[in-house]
Amino acid sequence: MDVRLQISMVFHLDKCIGCHTCSIACKNVWTDRKGAEYMWWNNVETKPGTGYPTKWEDQSKYNGGWEKQENGKPELKMGNRASKLINIFHNPSLPKMDDYYEPFTYKYEDLFDSPEGADQPTARPISMVTGKFMDIEAGPNWDDDLGGSPVYGENDPNFKGLTPEEQQELFDVERLVFFYLPRICNHCLNPACVAACPSGAIYKRGEDGIVLINQEVCRGWRMCVTACPYKKTYYNWSTGKSEKCILCFPRLETGQAPACFHSCVGRIRYLGGILYDADRLVDALKVDDDKLVEAHRDIILDPRDPVVREKAKENGIDERTLEACERSPVYRYVKEWKMALPLHSEFRTLPMLFYVPPLLPVMAKTDDGVYETANEELFSPIEKARLPIKYLASLFSAGNTGQVSYALKKQYAVRLFKRLETVGDVTKEVVEHALAECGMDAAEAEAVYRLTSLPTMDERVVIPPMHREEAMAMLDDDMWEQKGSAGFGFREAPVRGA
Amino acid sequence: MWDYLFFIVLPYVAATLFIVVSIYRYVTDRFSYSSLSSQLLESDELFYGVVPWHIGIIGALTGHLIGFLFPKEVLWFNGVPVRLYILETTGLLFGLLALIGIVALMWRRIRMPRIRAVTSTIDTVVLVLLFVQVVLGVYTALFYRWGSSWYAASAVPYLRSLFLFQPDVEMIKPLPHIVKTHIINAFVLIAIFPFSRLVHMVSLPIEYLWRPYQVVIWNWDRKKIRGQYSRSKAQVKEESGESSIGTASISR
Repeated sequence: MDVRLQISMVFHLDKCIGCHTCSIACKNVWTDRKGAEYMWWNNVETKPGTGYPTKWEDQSKYNGGWEKQENGKPELKMGNRASKLINIFHNPSLPKMDDYYEPFTYKYEDLFDSPEGADQPTARPISMVTGKFMDIEAGPNWDDDLGGSPVYGENDPNFKGLTPEEQQELFDVERLVFFYLPRICNHCLNPACVAACPSGAIYKRGEDGIVLINQEVCRGWRMCVTACPYKKTYYNWSTGKSEKCILCFPRLETGQAPACFHSCVGRIRYLGGILYDADRLVDALKVDDDKLVEAHRDIILDPRDPVVREKAKENGIDERTLEACERSPVYRYVKEWKMALPLHSEFRTLPMLFYVPPLLPVMAKTDDGVYETANEELFSPIEKARLPIKYLASLFSAGNTGQVSYALKKQYAVRLFKRLETVGDVTKEVVEHALAECGMDAAEAEAVYRLTSLPTMDERVVIPPMHREEAMAMLDDDMWEQKGSAGFGFREAPVRGA
Repeated sequence: MWDYLFFIVLPYVAATLFIVVSIYRYVTDRFSYSSLSSQLLESDELFYGVVPWHIGIIGALTGHLIGFLFPKEVLWFNGVPVRLYILETTGLLFGLLALIGIVALMWRRIRMPRIRAVTSTIDTVVLVLLFVQVVLGVYTALFYRWGSSWYAASAVPYLRSLFLFQPDVEMIKPLPHIVKTHIINAFVLIAIFPFSRLVHMVSLPIEYLWRPYQVVIWNWDRKKIRGQYSRSKAQVKEESGESSIGTASISR
């Protein structure tokens, strides 16, 4: 047993209001620079929809992630080592800028400087690449809130598994449905970007599992951009280096939540330590698609288990870190409650950002064209959900509908449980039946309710001590020189090389 | 006088710049080492430029290297006319590939506003110099059918004399001006190499072929450091010989 720590995340989609505050917080802190304008290390997508970059989930187009070979071992979908070196001059599956969008600003001066005339002055859009006037054809969140519309929703790669009837149902105006999917780097256990980097510039930090790109080692071969199936590594067209979410490690190292977590208005984001068994990692990748979620969950270890604790300490994991793991909200959602699921586990990168699928309480329905807000049941049960379970399963459990149903049923049961307690218009039998269906007792239902609805910042974000001070002490440098110097960047500004 | 300047002073200046500036740049500004790919901005046309260019130029440079290392063998090989033609044709093909590639790349760079936005002055200088170099090389291959023998018989001894620090320009004096310009231009390219994006050549990631896929970096020796902390603070202080202030800040 090789116990390692991973800083891990849960996004509770039932709470996401799609306000994009997370994206803006991240943009302002990290990517408001030349060459990075088009990058959104954090973005929020509307689902059903095509996302950013357009249709990123469609690996027949982008060739990202891993594929299980016949011998059971995973290999990068984009090809083996030699094929990457052969394609180093021209990477055939690199997304183009137009798959994201051409970044733009507006010529605001015209609003002030235009001569007086019969017309209102306008601020024409200017490309942030060329500086010339341009027509905007796409932008960040171009299909925002248009998830249910045939124009964008129809192209969602997750529709493949649905029958034409099921797809059509989704687009009936009265049934229009969408939810938000905020995405950051998953800081995977089997990161494809790391494996694809010819320079060896991308690495996973041993102590906390954060995946980073060493900007001084990156040579801009841009294989990582293709390899990451989530398209969360980006090529900076100005500096010629790839960049990605750094999970705000300078903030984490000083005990603060990452910017997107800190700013989350819906308080949907949870962060905490997860212990996992690195020895069994390869086994978790050998299973079939529908077993992936289970296998993934399986390598996560219980921080209260004395054997795990012993092995963890042998590996240099500190007692205080173990204490933080015990309080980890991620552990509860993912392992104890099985409510949080990884996004597209079929990409086989073992992503360590988990999602609680949205219950989308739908209390209205149409009857012969009449919009009825009343329902025979208080909350419409998940079987009647407007969003087919199959669709959610395609996103969160590699097609395994059982995993998604369970996560939804649990949310549903907790709602009924609290309804009985606070309003009392459901019968005790109904509640007990709902709880029993997902093997939950009252105490657990209460705990789920508390962590979902009433968590404080300290309960949502439990940062294990990062022991940066020890890392510094291990360096030969005079550590007083390093005082206050944690951070991303260089002594010089990141200027494009010649 | 001119021969002295172009074939003795210039190569040594170029070599010095190449070595000193490359190392200086690598040490002080490693961030600037990049392929500076523009594929994100335009991909389709790039393919028809960048692939022929790289295949052509790598082939041509490899030919030059072989000639430099084994001049006698090249001369022997060229002894039979058919073999001379084969060698010359191969070289010409690589040269033409490179020529097609660089023309496509220049055309793309001139025409596309997005690509122009990422074109620096030194990029333009490099492109023009490379274009001139390839044209001269192709011209030599086309119109002087024994170019490869010249190289082995005249240029290589001269180049070797440079490496031995006993420069001897007599060997190349009789060469045509086209070939001489080719040599001078090569020295200029070597001189501007460390100032340009050409530095991406030295970071060819060959070790990728055998390194493990996953890279994990530990900030500290994970087994050692905690062991150290399990001992008493006084002991650590004594062993490390640090001042009490220093130790206080490491211990938790």
